[in-house]
Amino acid sequence: MKARFAQSLGASLALVMSAGIAVAAEAGHEAHIERQPWAFSGFTGQFDKAQLQRGFQVYKEVCAACHGLKRLYFRNLVQPGGPEFPEEAVKKLAAEWPNQITDGPNDQGKMFERPALLSDPIRGPYHNDQEARAAQNGALPPDLTLIARARNVERNPSWWVHPFLMLGDILQSYQEGGADYVYALLTGFEETPPAGFELAEGKYYNKVFPGHQISMPPPLSDGVVTYQDGTPAKAENYARDVVAFLSWAADPSLDQRKRIGWQVILYLIVTTVLLYFGKRRIWSAVKH
Amino acid sequence: MSGHASGYEPTSRWGKWWDERLPIFRLMHGSFVDFPTPRNLNYLWTFGGILTFCLVAQIVTGVVLAMHYQPSDTAAFNSIEHIRRDVNYGWMIRNMHAVGASMFFFAVYVHIFRGLYYGSYKAPREVLWILGVIILLVMMATAFMGYTLPWGQMSFWGVTVITNLFSALDTIINGLGTAIVEWLWGGYSVSGVTLNRFFSLHYLLPFVLAGIVGLHIWALHVAGQNNPTGLDLKEPTDSVPMHPYATSKDAVGLFAFLILYAWFIFFLPDYLGHADNYIEADPLVTPPHIVPEWYFLPFYAILRAFTSSFLGIPLGQYAKLCGVVAMFSAVLIIAFAPWLDTSRVRSAKYRPIFKWFFWFFLFTCLALGYLGSKPAEGVYVTWAQIFTVCYFLYFLVVMPVVGLIETPSKLPRSITDAVLGKGSAPLPKGAAAAPEVR
Repeated sequence: MKARFAQSLGASLALVMSAGIAVAAEAGHEAHIERQPWAFSGFTGQFDKAQLQRGFQVYKEVCAACHGLKRLYFRNLVQPGGPEFPEEAVKKLAAEWPNQITDGPNDQGKMFERPALLSDPIRGPYHNDQEARAAQNGALPPDLTLIARARNVERNPSWWVHPFLMLGDILQSYQEGGADYVYALLTGFEETPPAGFELAEGKYYNKVFPGHQISMPPPLSDGVVTYQDGTPAKAENYARDVVAFLSWAADPSLDQRKRIGWQVILYLIVTTVLLYFGKRRIWSAVKH
Repeated sequence: MSGHASGYEPTSRWGKWWDERLPIFRLMHGSFVDFPTPRNLNYLWTFGGILTFCLVAQIVTGVVLAMHYQPSDTAAFNSIEHIRRDVNYGWMIRNMHAVGASMFFFAVYVHIFRGLYYGSYKAPREVLWILGVIILLVMMATAFMGYTLPWGQMSFWGVTVITNLFSALDTIINGLGTAIVEWLWGGYSVSGVTLNRFFSLHYLLPFVLAGIVGLHIWALHVAGQNNPTGLDLKEPTDSVPMHPYATSKDAVGLFAFLILYAWFIFFLPDYLGHADNYIEADPLVTPPHIVPEWYFLPFYAILRAFTSSFLGIPLGQYAKLCGVVAMFSAVLIIAFAPWLDTSRVRSAKYRPIFKWFFWFFLFTCLALGYLGSKPAEGVYVTWAQIFTVCYFLYFLVVMPVVGLIETPSKLPRSITDAVLGKGSAPLPKGAAAAPEVR
């Protein structure tokens, strides 16, 4: 409750700062990318465990066909602050993961493939970039572990708006540009490109992708994944959930980071105030 | 360490024993306990202590990071992720170090602008000032090499662009620039060899920095601190002992600064960095916009202001060389401020014309920072050229000329008079009657 209040206070402060200029801010030459209300954004935001679990399901059933998560290990799916699947379920998941682990050499000096363990990375279908390109018509499906950090939304406000937008971001502690971008990309496909747009063979039109031509076919459509928890099987929900999951994959310590952050900030504020009154007392006899 | 005689009186036998053999406690006492500090220092003077903290924090977190980091082109990026994900509280140490670099520069810029406003560079503090400029240069070199270490796309291409600057020397002596660049790289392109040597230097330079900071503090304690009036310490009532007066104020300043620092560590660790640095370095893919970290942006804007022509002056093949020379000059010229400024009044508080130029200079630096973040094309280039001229005019014209033509406002007789409101301002009620308790 208190945290919510603090956040809305910060948000409204930032709003006051940027009120009225936000419209002027987007001197948009590219498609406008909306800020999404992420559960994990802002200085009190934390990951929603159920959402991460749904997001992993979307990754597993859709994205994993082409993309790997090589910096994430099966054990991470169990650890606190993530989807927190039961350990037994993840062991089973790892053992059944279609992309096996190359291990070895064995007694005969041969490399061999074996099922994944908790301690193994979540491998994509390709052993290396060359294999991926060969299978994907020359396009490389990037590894998704860091994608939510490795992308950002570029804004081009006029120069005098710039400092206010930055101040607004800092006060709200907004650094979810990557998540907003990936969400906009996943929901930004259009079946028919605008009139006069030349779409190359085997490419798809996407509003937010730089150059608007992307090799990835629209991955999400209503009904492709069946959720267990009754969340409507809508493409927007898939996109939102998988982006939340990928944001966790890129920054698995977020929950702990913000929790410790509040303790540190609170300690520092109290100490600063105490030091200030101490200083006033020390200086009280000296005009300065 | 100073012209001030330490009032240290050892009381214990142990203290006396030490004092006769190595009077280090006497030195410390004289430098940091009873050292006379102007009574009118404002919070801008707490940034010296804050900067010392920053240096120590960077060294401590850096030493810990180096225990887990691997300086090779194949392992560097992975080892950073290992630190973020698997090392106990590795994410915190790494955020402290990465955000710490930004905070260090934020504090150093406040410190420099404070010096420029209150005339801290003028006699007898020229050596102190020059040591400060050297510290800035070494800091920049350290930060630049540190930014290579994560071996992301921006790391790689940032190094490529900046080291390539030396190739501009080819326009003077053919082959010289290329030879220097290849010597820096340890090969024919930026590679793991480059990364490895930058790591070595990145570990070395902070200790060099610590040494120069020692000299900086020594020089400070010889000349004494400047203060908002810019007046020398004249009477005993002008100063207070450093402890507990300055130290208590420094503590408030430091902790307030730490709130900002912690805000970024815990809530915005990636805000000041570039998203592309979460993509592993790839020599075959050039990012669309290569930009340095925010603290280099003003200098980057000056570098890129020199395109094929500069405000209508054709530069031809010398464009790059001019940009490089201008960029380095932009830092070095700060060192000449003591001789460029002709006014004998230190503090801009008493300089009605200079004061406005100072604020405009601050605006110039911010504008250059903004322009440095923009692509070097169209109207951005023209503005970068205009503000580059403004930057140098401040040192080369404003400082010498304004000092000659300006009539400073009336200076108080002493710091005590300024504080007690004697002189120009009317006497506040009861001020003269209040006896000074010291």
